[in-house]
Amino acid sequence: MNAIQNALQSAGPQAAQIEQLWWLTLAVCAIAFVPTLGALLWSLWRAPRATEATPADTAIVSQPERRTRSVVVSAVVISGIGLAFLLLASVRTDHALAQLPLEDALNIQVTGHRWWWDIQYDDPDPSKIFSTANEIYIPVGRPVVITLLSDDVIHSLWVPNLHGKKDLIPGQTATMQIRADKAGTYRGQCAEFCGLQHAFMAFTVTALPAADFDAWRAAQLEPAAQPTDEKAKRGEQLFTSGSCMMCHAIQGTTANARMAPNLTHVASRRTLAAGTVANTPQNLAAWITDPQKIKPGVNMPAHHLPGGDLDALVTYLGTLK
Amino acid sequence: MSARGLTCIVAASMLALLPAACDRELRKLSKPQSGGPVPAIGDKPVGMQPGQPGPGLQETSSARTYDGQNAYELNQGKRLFRWYNCGGCHAQGGGGMGPPLMDDKWIYGHEPDQIYDTIMNGRPNGMPAFRGRIPQEEVWQLVGYVRSMSGQASPAAAPGRSDGISASPAEARRTRENPRTTGPEPPVKTP
Repeated sequence: MNAIQNALQSAGPQAAQIEQLWWLTLAVCAIAFVPTLGALLWSLWRAPRATEATPADTAIVSQPERRTRSVVVSAVVISGIGLAFLLLASVRTDHALAQLPLEDALNIQVTGHRWWWDIQYDDPDPSKIFSTANEIYIPVGRPVVITLLSDDVIHSLWVPNLHGKKDLIPGQTATMQIRADKAGTYRGQCAEFCGLQHAFMAFTVTALPAADFDAWRAAQLEPAAQPTDEKAKRGEQLFTSGSCMMCHAIQGTTANARMAPNLTHVASRRTLAAGTVANTPQNLAAWITDPQKIKPGVNMPAHHLPGGDLDALVTYLGTLK
Repeated sequence: MSARGLTCIVAASMLALLPAACDRELRKLSKPQSGGPVPAIGDKPVGMQPGQPGPGLQETSSARTYDGQNAYELNQGKRLFRWYNCGGCHAQGGGGMGPPLMDDKWIYGHEPDQIYDTIMNGRPNGMPAFRGRIPQEEVWQLVGYVRSMSGQASPAAAPGRSDGISASPAEARRTRENPRTTGPEPPVKTP
């Protein structure tokens, strides 16, 4: 995956505010850190040194210590000013983060599961609501309101290029507002430890120009393509009458369960298992046969299908563009 | 006995408990897959069970992964009970369209193999056959959880809390019902 994940390459107004605060904090801390270290090095350099020829001058030990009150007081005052300045800057950034104009916002609902992301695009027209998994697409320049929910434990959504972190807490609803001003694909990651595969709970946010986004959305609303050749037909039969449909959904078939990622357009995704492996037929077959090898602890059970059937199922899933 | 001797005995007994405590949470993630295939697909006791076995899934005789002492297995069973909508008929164990699972009455037997048989092959008058639809390991997890609902599982391993609001005490706190079989005793098949 070539998506970037970097808080210092902001792609939207929210991340730009956070980036500014980051640089400001670095500057203020450097102002305190550099002179302090400089003073330390200077005192080391000017300390009296003894050699065999010149014995140590211990007279300084018996002298009364110089009064350092003015130095200490001025250092404390300067540090206090620096910290107060950072506090003010932080409050100002918080305030600015809440000021994103939300006219014509796109509403997305993200539900955290161990260990994948369920993404639902809301619409006033219920027939235009659809679900996908682990890949968020948003239009460039349009605000997005993300509603955050969790199905099991606390997760945290973090796309450093677009915004800070926000927790997904079971039984509570949180929202975050983002806007991407630059097209591109940004990597995100669960940022709250949530169990065995927390590290492999990744996702991407792809910002597309408005026209491309509308085309993507229209394509997602389409039900799954009907299989045409015999092999893919057998795959569909396996999916809808076997164990896959106990947890997964494919729009346009009888599979409607919502415990696992929606697979209506699974072949158009870049990765499998929330950014764990690339979405290739080989990886998909390995994933179906023994998911615990790829992502130990995952809730997907192993399926030991006879060779021909596994091939048919992978072929069918590959047609779901 | 001296205080030191007592301390030693307490420490030794705590150490002895440690391995058991570890096994309680052990996750057997990659299940062994050896052994011959199970030929008996669709051998229902009588022809009254609804549902056809799903296609495809290969069953192996070595996949009997039942472990009533393992908290992870029982908890997964509890999740699956909700995911697979067992509650649609059995409710949270109190029963509805289907019989209750938290009382002492077992129509087709309370032994793990009997419950496995019930889930895999279905039973007359409503219990569908899940053979070929749920992988064997998951059925064994469900078996463990179904047993914990009437206190048949070890309280040390049974689920201690629910994700949602629950009207009944957690499985770990249920008193053990004395199971009695009320229906025709089916022959126990070792799968």
